[in-house]
Amino acid sequence: MTRPGTRFAGVAAILLAIWALTAPAALASAPRPQPSLTDIENDVMCTLCHESLAVAQSPQADAERNYIRGLIAKGETKQQILRDMVAQYGPGVLGRPPASGFNLSVYILPPAILVVGIAILAFTLPRWRRRTRAAKSQSPNKPPAFDPAETARLDQELSQFRG
Amino acid sequence: MRRIAIPALAVAVAAGLLALLGFGVAHLGSDSSIDASVARGDYPTAPNAQLQLPILGGSGSKSLAQFRGKVVVLNVFASWCPPCLAEAPMLEREEQQIAKDNATILGVTYQDNSSDSESFVQQHHITYPVVRDVSGNFARAYGVNGVPETFVINRQGKIVALNRSQLDGTWLKKTLPKILAEPS
Repeated sequence: MTRPGTRFAGVAAILLAIWALTAPAALASAPRPQPSLTDIENDVMCTLCHESLAVAQSPQADAERNYIRGLIAKGETKQQILRDMVAQYGPGVLGRPPASGFNLSVYILPPAILVVGIAILAFTLPRWRRRTRAAKSQSPNKPPAFDPAETARLDQELSQFRG
Repeated sequence: MRRIAIPALAVAVAAGLLALLGFGVAHLGSDSSIDASVARGDYPTAPNAQLQLPILGGSGSKSLAQFRGKVVVLNVFASWCPPCLAEAPMLEREEQQIAKDNATILGVTYQDNSSDSESFVQQHHITYPVVRDVSGNFARAYGVNGVPETFVINRQGKIVALNRSQLDGTWLKKTLPKILAEPS
């Protein structure tokens, strides 16, 4: 006699074993996502007009699009197509330049500027707040004293207003 | 002193960024210094002469330096370009004529895919050597920012004439004889 818990564990183990055996094969035979021209165009530049292929209108851009269409028809994945484009047109064809040489600045500078900005704020904000607090404590909230001439003028105007 | 430290740092960072931007723009911009030198008669040495470029439709590579001693008519082109199409038969005829004078046309495809370039060469029965400038770095050193562009390089490896538009029938006829006649 088996207990229900043990039976459930056995069934679960069998199902897990079946999944473990079949999943890799299923993943391998699953159709690879077929990229469209639009998918690629956004990541590729027209090398002569220095515009994204998504917006470029020139014979060079048309030639690149035709080449990409050919690669899509061959069944290449997006990564394969991008590699092939670099082999044919050089690294300048990529919309996002490779992280090497001068191009490194594209990847390093924005976060560096952000970090420096945060550091400056972290350094200066507390000082500003301390200074403001100190200024406030030195001058308690007393209303500013009226100039006697101003007071007299105010009284006169108010009396005119009251009739 | 501390009061000016942060504004000074901010100004330094801004100046650095501007300098970087200036460097980037200057680096990408076209270079017309070769045109000016040739116009003055102060012929510049052909740049990137040692750079190995892959041979179109074959294995291996060639550099401009390997043609030293020959007059080289370096024609930068792309298969999609109608003016390049128009001048290709004329260049092939010229190749047949100048070969006997120890000169050659050298085609350089500019950021063009190899299959289209090969079709272009076959279509026009081009027999002169053609190499590929995949990244465009070779041609950019010549100030190339479009196609076709043509440079005449003398036997000493100097650029002695250039044409940054489609060749007409007369330009090579007028330019080449004097250069071909120069001793090596």
